[in-house]
Amino acid sequence: MLHVKDLRLGFAAGQRTLLAVDGISFTIERGETFALLGESGCGKSATAQALMRLLPPAGRIVGGSVSLDGEDLLVLPEAAMRGWRGRRMAMIFQEPATSLNPVLTVGRQIGEVLERHRGLRGAAARERMLDLLRQVGIADPERRLDEYPFQLSGGMKQRVMIAIALAGEPELLIADEPTTALDVTVQAQILDLLARLQVDRGMGMLLITHDLGVVARMAQRIGVMYAGELVEVASREDFFTTPRHPYTQALFAALPEVSRRGTALATIPGQVPALAAMPAGCRFAERCPQVMPVCRERSPEWREVAPGHALRCHWQGAASVLEKAADLTVDRQIEEKTGLLTVDGLKVHFPIRQGILQRTVGHVFAVDGVSLAIAPGRTLALVGESGCGKTTVGKALLQLIRPSAGSVRLGGRELVGAGARELRAARRQAQMVFQDPFASLNPRLRVGEIIAEGITALGVGGDATATVAALLRQVGLPTDAGERFPHEFSGGQRQRIAIARALAVQPQLLVCDEPTSALDVSVQAQILNLLKTLQAELGVAYLFITHNFAVVEYLAHDIAVMYLGRIVEQGRAEEVLGRPRHPYTQALLSAVPVPRLDGAGQRIHLPGETPSPAKPPAGCHFHPRCPQATALCRERYPAPTAVSPTHTVNCHLAA
Amino acid sequence: MNGFQIVVLWSDVLVWLLLASGIGVGVLIARSPPLLAAWRRVGASRAGMASATVLLAFLGIGLLDSLHYRVALDGKPGEKTQYAIEVLSLLDALVGPLRTENEKTYSAPFATHLYAKETIERPGQGTLREFPRLRFGGSHLAEPAAAPADIAATAAGAAALAVLGWLALVVLVANRRENPGDPTVDRQNWPKIGWSRLWRGETVFAWNAVLLTLLLILLTLLPLFALAGDYHVFGTDKVGQDVLYQILKSVRTALIIGLVTTLVMLPVAVLLGIVAGYFRGWVDDLIQYLYTVLNSIPGVLLIAAAVLMMQVVIDTHPQWFATAAERADLRLLALCFILGITSWTGLCRLLRGETLKLRELEYIQAAQAFGVSSWRIILRHILPNLMHIVIIALVMDFSGLVLAEAVLSYVGIGVDPTMTSFGTMINNARMELGREPVVWWSLAAAFAAMFILVLAANLFADAVRDAFDPRAA
Amino acid sequence: MLAYIVRRLLYAIPILIGVNLITFALFFIVNTPDDMARMQLGIKRVTPEAIEKWKEARGYDKPLFVNSAAGGLSTVTETIFFEKSVRMFAGDFGRAEDGRDIAREIGTRMGPSLAIALPTFILGLFVTVSLALTLAFFRATAFDFWGVVICVAAMSISGLFYIIGGQYLIAKVWKLVPISGFGEGLDAWRFLILPVCIGVVAGIGSSTRWYRTIFLEEVSKDYVRTARAKGLPETLVFFRHILRNALIPILTGVVVVIPTLFMGSLLTESFFGIPGLGSYTIDAIQAQDFAVVRSMVFIGSVLYIVGLILTDISYTLVDPRIRFS
Repeated sequence: MLHVKDLRLGFAAGQRTLLAVDGISFTIERGETFALLGESGCGKSATAQALMRLLPPAGRIVGGSVSLDGEDLLVLPEAAMRGWRGRRMAMIFQEPATSLNPVLTVGRQIGEVLERHRGLRGAAARERMLDLLRQVGIADPERRLDEYPFQLSGGMKQRVMIAIALAGEPELLIADEPTTALDVTVQAQILDLLARLQVDRGMGMLLITHDLGVVARMAQRIGVMYAGELVEVASREDFFTTPRHPYTQALFAALPEVSRRGTALATIPGQVPALAAMPAGCRFAERCPQVMPVCRERSPEWREVAPGHALRCHWQGAASVLEKAADLTVDRQIEEKTGLLTVDGLKVHFPIRQGILQRTVGHVFAVDGVSLAIAPGRTLALVGESGCGKTTVGKALLQLIRPSAGSVRLGGRELVGAGARELRAARRQAQMVFQDPFASLNPRLRVGEIIAEGITALGVGGDATATVAALLRQVGLPTDAGERFPHEFSGGQRQRIAIARALAVQPQLLVCDEPTSALDVSVQAQILNLLKTLQAELGVAYLFITHNFAVVEYLAHDIAVMYLGRIVEQGRAEEVLGRPRHPYTQALLSAVPVPRLDGAGQRIHLPGETPSPAKPPAGCHFHPRCPQATALCRERYPAPTAVSPTHTVNCHLAA
Repeated sequence: MNGFQIVVLWSDVLVWLLLASGIGVGVLIARSPPLLAAWRRVGASRAGMASATVLLAFLGIGLLDSLHYRVALDGKPGEKTQYAIEVLSLLDALVGPLRTENEKTYSAPFATHLYAKETIERPGQGTLREFPRLRFGGSHLAEPAAAPADIAATAAGAAALAVLGWLALVVLVANRRENPGDPTVDRQNWPKIGWSRLWRGETVFAWNAVLLTLLLILLTLLPLFALAGDYHVFGTDKVGQDVLYQILKSVRTALIIGLVTTLVMLPVAVLLGIVAGYFRGWVDDLIQYLYTVLNSIPGVLLIAAAVLMMQVVIDTHPQWFATAAERADLRLLALCFILGITSWTGLCRLLRGETLKLRELEYIQAAQAFGVSSWRIILRHILPNLMHIVIIALVMDFSGLVLAEAVLSYVGIGVDPTMTSFGTMINNARMELGREPVVWWSLAAAFAAMFILVLAANLFADAVRDAFDPRAA
Repeated sequence: MLAYIVRRLLYAIPILIGVNLITFALFFIVNTPDDMARMQLGIKRVTPEAIEKWKEARGYDKPLFVNSAAGGLSTVTETIFFEKSVRMFAGDFGRAEDGRDIAREIGTRMGPSLAIALPTFILGLFVTVSLALTLAFFRATAFDFWGVVICVAAMSISGLFYIIGGQYLIAKVWKLVPISGFGEGLDAWRFLILPVCIGVVAGIGSSTRWYRTIFLEEVSKDYVRTARAKGLPETLVFFRHILRNALIPILTGVVVVIPTLFMGSLLTESFFGIPGLGSYTIDAIQAQDFAVVRSMVFIGSVLYIVGLILTDISYTLVDPRIRFS
């Protein structure tokens, strides 16, 4: 149905046009899902936009053809193209929050597609809209139709986006990272919805994603993109059983999972080449473990290794011979020593002010009685979906946010309510690594100054320059990096700098707030390896805040699962992952898309989304979404039940 | 040569202080690559560099006009030297005749005769009413009819000189080496600019725009000054003063209003804006209250009230000032302060909003996690990341203030009436449009000069904003 | 939403008090009434008696804050602060130098001011928003480029030039309309048309450019891409999606000036001889009539604060995020 042939597009930069996508070809049949997989900056989103001819102003389509049902879209006049957009082909975007017009009602935004492409108005249009909202699984559609986007949750906004896309009854649906901005449980809902709609309507679907798990769940055929080129195209089965391109193999090897515990993850050295400096030969050559002299000279041609499985690679080998880094053996049995950090009944409540006098009318119970302990040298993973308060816990531990109640004892010292001097001493023991490597380094300071900040502020003493150089070596950066500015480094390198900054004061505890969620898989592997090595060398303990179960499986010794400000289950990693007792933990684990063919096991579907922490449900917070809720759950919050000496769960069912 | 006494007016101090701090900031910028990169983007902008060249020309005039002295009067030897009551500047000395060669009243540009008929006694012919010859304008000519030819010859000579001088400059530039903006290239290996790259505009710095603007400036200024010695090129005003001279003197007033005002309000706006945004709570409430109150009072009226009150202070304390120039100078500075006090609110609000965003950034929290003190965080992490807004505000405000001065002086709440400025020129000349035949040159010259200055400032401000605004990058 | 508006209304009270205090401080504390008297009567030959007489005639002879001689409630009311500042809240502005009641003068002069300012405002808004929308529609073309160049040039021209030049050319040389003056009733349009047109033209440069920036900012938002992906024609994208969103920042700058339209324009009114509040103010400034200037400062602030409240209310109309929270 859709034939893309030798599509080339670029972005104007001054006088030149930098090619972002260089000659990619693929086809999508009716009723088929084709996934374009690639890391950030590989040109997959630009490809999707080019198909709709919706490139940003600097974007230029340089050559090639895109034909839908035999009609070449790239030569159509703009006015005719508008008749295709929304009608024959529709698109949903990554950020549902910004992709809807904030000042128009949901009904208006769906209605304009119906009016434009289906000629529906008035009552007929309204009927159709209600029908569409029901199809995308929105409860109470009559009310939602007259609401504005800001009144909807993130998942609902994406459902509305899908309804808008479906309104024109398109033959091709382009989904550009449709679930990246959503939580795992909501992601599962949206993926299910998309898969169902596609089957029902027999649409073709182009799915743009970076997530191998999503690919395994959704795609029938997969194209892997690297640096503006398609490097491998394969059916789902071939892709997951016999990936042939070294890049694809490296992507799989870089995935953290439980079977790789205790070993270092495979990483891809180097970086994606810049648009302005694309190598002449194979673009992956510089980073390829199988590189041969011919790779640097000549760009490989397409080669079919099996029916429907083609790749562009000179290397004829099949099996991955990725260099295995030495086993880290981090998991040496750590003695359960006295707790380094003990948190008891920690609460962080933010007042809600309202009314004429701005009186406090309620509280956001961001963190509502969290207790946990971390032993020296161990990793505790704090897992939960967005808005559950896990980041607030991390910041409250370090007193970046003042807790409302509870106790935080670090190395025997009480931090809650401590004076400035006591806190100063504590700050040497606990530091933090933040989520966004681009926002966590001051762009106006040199890397050396950034790393030395803690040394000077806390008066650690010693030769600061020598310390900085040693730290840079330790995190795997060249020593001359200290003289340079953050913008000269890639995301992964910046995260190394942030880790070096935190380590500069020799802390015993590092709070890592989603340190890899903004990074690509191959870079994530580098950072995870680094964290493991550092733990082995320095014996530092981690509080690892994350929503990513794959990382948890790989890294954590202990796990605490949070829901709506409280910990619902905690224990040893193998206990919580292997024998989860709380229905929420079970649902979370089953919702994670697994990058394997056999990933589609028994899935537990959670309805709805996390409620607002300002109005937590009565009784067990989880009961409105819990598939096994009883009357008791609606009344009383469950007390902790010890499943084993190290494993506790807050659930009436486990009691 | 008489002796002289250097007079340091308060505004002179500020002007030179501004220049010094400008150079100081320049040195700081050169050491901070992100800022330097932004300025290099300004340097690459053709419109920006052309307007910067014009602005520099204006700045040169203003600086020359900011070195003041008083000439010693001839006195008996042995007596204590007395100094003239009139305060002169280096500019006055350079353009000498322009200042002193005053006619009786109006005369048109390049005129040889006065604009009004006068009764003249002619021996033997009795009294006549005719246009008398000017005392200075075209007085070197025996026959006034020769004026156009003389003007053309002088202008052509000067223009030829201008072109020659310009070509010399082009040669100089073409032989320079240029930093390609790539730190890996050594200074010795920087590429030479060369003719063809200059011509085709392929240089990193927008040299072609600068050179073309310079050519225009030279082609205008050299003939103008060559002719100014013999003619009143822009005519004379009611009291016979040369309009070109007034324009030159107005430049300094405009620059001071535009620059000193921002300098006055900048520290207040930056400090209060950052403090409000960083500390929040009651500090924020108080500062917000303060600027909402100040904002509520209509600007012109607040300025009017303040200027009236200042006038009362100045008038009731005549003993404070040794010369009229000092009094006018103080009034000018007071006006700058008043304008500054009424105009800091906008920037303050902008900085507060930006600080609110910055303080949530993770690198600020990282610093807090190290227990870095609030003031150090403000100084190290917040202020440098707000610099682009401050710089943009600084250049954007300039043109608005120059325009405001004209309006305020017209209303009577601007600079001292004895001080030459675009506003006072317009105010003095606006009734002349009612005359028959109309006297237009004074107004036209003032509006044209102001237009060039403000347009250059606006274009430069645009270039700076484009280069510094992170959204544009 | 109601609580929101009531809160904004309440917030106006401390601001008004602040404005009142600042004005009072400016007029009576920075300079004493004695200084003002000396200034008005001429610096050189002034006797203490003359000063006392001047102060008494204007009620400036009382103590600033506390009149201990008066006793009772009058301790507070028989003071300059109460009579000159507090009574302004009740609309009592006292008398001008020429002895006329300022409040009544303001009442009669509001009409002519509004007759100029309101058409200028509405026409100006319409013209500049349309121009800006056109430029944004044709963004990144030669039309847009030259449009911006003209805007920058237009905003570099002094406002005085527009008035002086326009008046000279249209009224004096071409004699299309009277040079200045004001008429009552239907005849007034002949006097109004020129100042209104000049007012509109003078504002085109900066406003058009400002609105264009706002439109361009909206154009790059994600929801615009969504609207295009629906296959909507570009005009619909602009008028239904972009205009609605751009209205929010535009309103911030626009609604706040509506009440201050009553104040008229200083320059236009004085050049065209319109008997409005603008020329009243400018005359008072030039005659150094402190009582009038003080009153105008206060009224101007009150109107501005009303504008702030109107802005807040108008947000609730265009922004559902405020309306429903």
